[in-house]
Amino acid sequence: MKYQVKPLPQVNLPELRTVGKPLRKVDAMGKAVGDTVYAGDYSMPRMLHGKVFRSKQSSARITRLDVSKARALPGVACVITGFDVPNARLVSDMPGQTGQKQRAGSDVPVLASEQVRFYGEPIALVAAETLEIADKALSLIEIDYEPLPGVYDPLEAMKPGAPVVTPPDNIVARWKIRKGSMESGFEQADLIVENTFRIPYQEHAYLEPEAGVAWIDERGAITIRVSTQVIEHFRTIARAVGVRQNKIHIQGTMVGGGFGGKEDITIEIYLALLAKHTARPVKMVYTREESFLAHAKRHPYVIKHRTGVKNNGQITASKIEMISDSGAYPYLSPYVLLYTTVMAPGPYRIDNVQVDAISVATNNPYTSAFRGFGGPQACFAYEQQMDDIARQLGLDPLDVRKVNYLRTGDCTATGQVIESATWLEETATRAMAALGEQTPDYGSVKIGQGFASYFQSYGRITWMHDTSQAWVGLELDGTVTIRAGVPDLGAGQANSLCQIAAEVLGVPLERVTIYTTDSALTPLSGTSTATRQLYMSGNATLMAATNVRNVLLNRASKHFEEEIEALDIADGKAFNKSDPSQTLDLVDLAKMCASEGMHLSNLALFKAPFTDPINPETGQGQVWPDFTFGSFAAEVAVDTETGEVTILKAAACHDIGRAINRAAAEGQIIGGGMQGLGYGLMENLIVKEGVIKTPSLSEYLIPTSMDYPNIQAIILESGTGLGPFGAKGIGEPALTPAAPAVASAIANALGVSIPEIPITPEKVLAALDLP
Amino acid sequence: MKPQMITLHINGRTHYVALNPNLTLLVALRDLGYTDVKCGCEKGDCGACAVFLNGVAVNSCLVLAWQADEAEILTAAGLGTSEHPHPLQTAFSDAGAIQCGYCTPGMIISAKALLDQKPHPTDAEIRDAISGNLCRCTGYAQIIQAVQSAAEKMDAGGEG
Repeated sequence: MKYQVKPLPQVNLPELRTVGKPLRKVDAMGKAVGDTVYAGDYSMPRMLHGKVFRSKQSSARITRLDVSKARALPGVACVITGFDVPNARLVSDMPGQTGQKQRAGSDVPVLASEQVRFYGEPIALVAAETLEIADKALSLIEIDYEPLPGVYDPLEAMKPGAPVVTPPDNIVARWKIRKGSMESGFEQADLIVENTFRIPYQEHAYLEPEAGVAWIDERGAITIRVSTQVIEHFRTIARAVGVRQNKIHIQGTMVGGGFGGKEDITIEIYLALLAKHTARPVKMVYTREESFLAHAKRHPYVIKHRTGVKNNGQITASKIEMISDSGAYPYLSPYVLLYTTVMAPGPYRIDNVQVDAISVATNNPYTSAFRGFGGPQACFAYEQQMDDIARQLGLDPLDVRKVNYLRTGDCTATGQVIESATWLEETATRAMAALGEQTPDYGSVKIGQGFASYFQSYGRITWMHDTSQAWVGLELDGTVTIRAGVPDLGAGQANSLCQIAAEVLGVPLERVTIYTTDSALTPLSGTSTATRQLYMSGNATLMAATNVRNVLLNRASKHFEEEIEALDIADGKAFNKSDPSQTLDLVDLAKMCASEGMHLSNLALFKAPFTDPINPETGQGQVWPDFTFGSFAAEVAVDTETGEVTILKAAACHDIGRAINRAAAEGQIIGGGMQGLGYGLMENLIVKEGVIKTPSLSEYLIPTSMDYPNIQAIILESGTGLGPFGAKGIGEPALTPAAPAVASAIANALGVSIPEIPITPEKVLAALDLP
Repeated sequence: MKPQMITLHINGRTHYVALNPNLTLLVALRDLGYTDVKCGCEKGDCGACAVFLNGVAVNSCLVLAWQADEAEILTAAGLGTSEHPHPLQTAFSDAGAIQCGYCTPGMIISAKALLDQKPHPTDAEIRDAISGNLCRCTGYAQIIQAVQSAAEKMDAGGEG
């Protein structure tokens, strides 16, 4: 074994009955037998089919747009252009319920009418009696373009005189961190290490393309059944469509994969406009190619690190510059850039930090949220930098990190004190130990092992003032109902709430039913983004269930003539802890409460910490509620003749605070890790002059069952998270360290590092040609 | 060409339908309400639309509906119900093999096609059998576990 496994401190977590168990998720069987109805599976009487007419130019003025032939086609119910809906703009702030902050330059026309800024930009909407007629109508739309100079490289777009995509200068956002002194930091250094890293696009490639159905209901509300991560978009849609907020009703469906790609408004705005203009139900389902064209990608970045270190590896100064490509419209780029900025120095204690980050508009596909939200790009750069520091100092990569790893009580680069456990060496040594002995080299094949550590926030930016609500009620037959506006992406968002309520109310999981994702009928729980649902809605559910439990215990204490503290509820019964034979069935208890007018349900609101925005000049201040820490390790075989990289072993170790459903947590770790491996080695979105050249799953390859080995998932539970029962978040963190770990293993095998992913055979061979 | 009447036997029910020649079996099945057959790419890249056509697992997006005239078609929903699930459906549910669930019906069809031929597959054989079914959520490990666990149960119970 390469490293000694660092022992864990003593942790005494309370024994729980339901929480932590790898129980069958409440949503699983419906999906297994095909009962779950996804957004594209709904149909309505008198339903029309909608289609989007999109730009075939990356940068052009529209000189003529004539939809008269399309409108005249029999079976076409309506054709809408930007001239018909001049006020239809998406001017939302950060998606969510708070409405606190306006987003910088977030103004996106729903339909372009004078100028197109990216290939695939929507120009017109069609609704027709059949899909075939809708397709035919698209082909009858006449358009003339006058090509405009485009800009496809953010570095070019920053230069004076570059074509302007976002006025005045294409700068969409800037963030800075200033901590300590660069001058004294570099003076103290024995060595200065400089590298530039390039990180590419990534496509979400969820299996379910965007889909939905909208109609106007009997109360005049535009009702939209759609696959989305954010039902709170009803507010933005109301503004864009020109109706009151309570006249947009979003019924979110089970999401067939999101990963951030269904975080921005997708298809629902088109559905709303078409339903309003036709007064008929309208269905729209993207093809795979359209899905590639229509939704955001993960941001490409160029990240430069200049690091001063002592001979023992201690970092004395870290100067980081980064540029991200926001594409033609900002969407969430300013916030993604903030994440990358604050995470840029990595999970390390550094007294002198300077970060300068810029997001730049181009005529490329627009970029926005993707699992990790800027964290994976930062991690790839800082972990390759740590490896290079180790190489240049002749030290072991773990030893260099150990000197610098953040500890509980330390500050991040923005001055936020970390109060939870920071098990970095603990996770790194366990992930590496799980790889076992290194396979020997053979023939032209070189073997290497490497790892990456990370920190990644869970919960939204604290100055967004995030809240979540959940309603929990006990029915008279002893079953439990939860209502929460949580979108379920398959990660167990809804199931976790059920396990929490089952734990608190002492019923088996089978007795809990949850109703979710309805902007009108379930309490708003906020977005399924930012690794926030377990933390936020989990706590809201815990609060609501605890309030119901207290009502039950109060009534039971009268029945037993015992203090509340002497009582507990489990297996559907209240009982006396000192004499468990004294029981009262929950059914009887519920009836007693009901007949006496006691409240058997509760609506709770959980608030994250609320802070002021960080200082814009120094970046100092709190940014998130807390962080998850962990490490990923990989062993690779690199064929030095073909450049082919094979992953032989992979292991991920994360401190998730507390597992709510162990199988689901492992599923996040393995599945997120696999997306990260694909990002590091395989996934290659080719964009030329703004045009995606790989808009299918046979051109943009994602990992199949044949590509990578099982990722060993190692769960640690410090119990120090801010979520229910001490849980942290794992949805996004699972992906973050995988690509840099593979890059480290490849560098370990070859003795040269490759500062750019995906590490394709071509890049391996090119690296080997270096002296 | 004009629509032509064809007969489709799906999950034990018989449908007489008039369909255009260019319609795929995928579209025909979904239009008839078999929405457990998922559409992910319409070009055979993802496997979400897999069904049994006369006992052979196929991507229904690559078969024209006319080609399935008089054929026996079995979809994942035809294998079992939530009250009486197929052992694969139970195993997928219990092993954490289902996240978003969009790939699940097609994945279960491919897994059943394997177990029909090889009741005791190795992990490598399972990987091979589901290699045409993309899953973006799970990383496949728990799916492989689920197929192994179903194979054991089916062997013990003589089901399947």
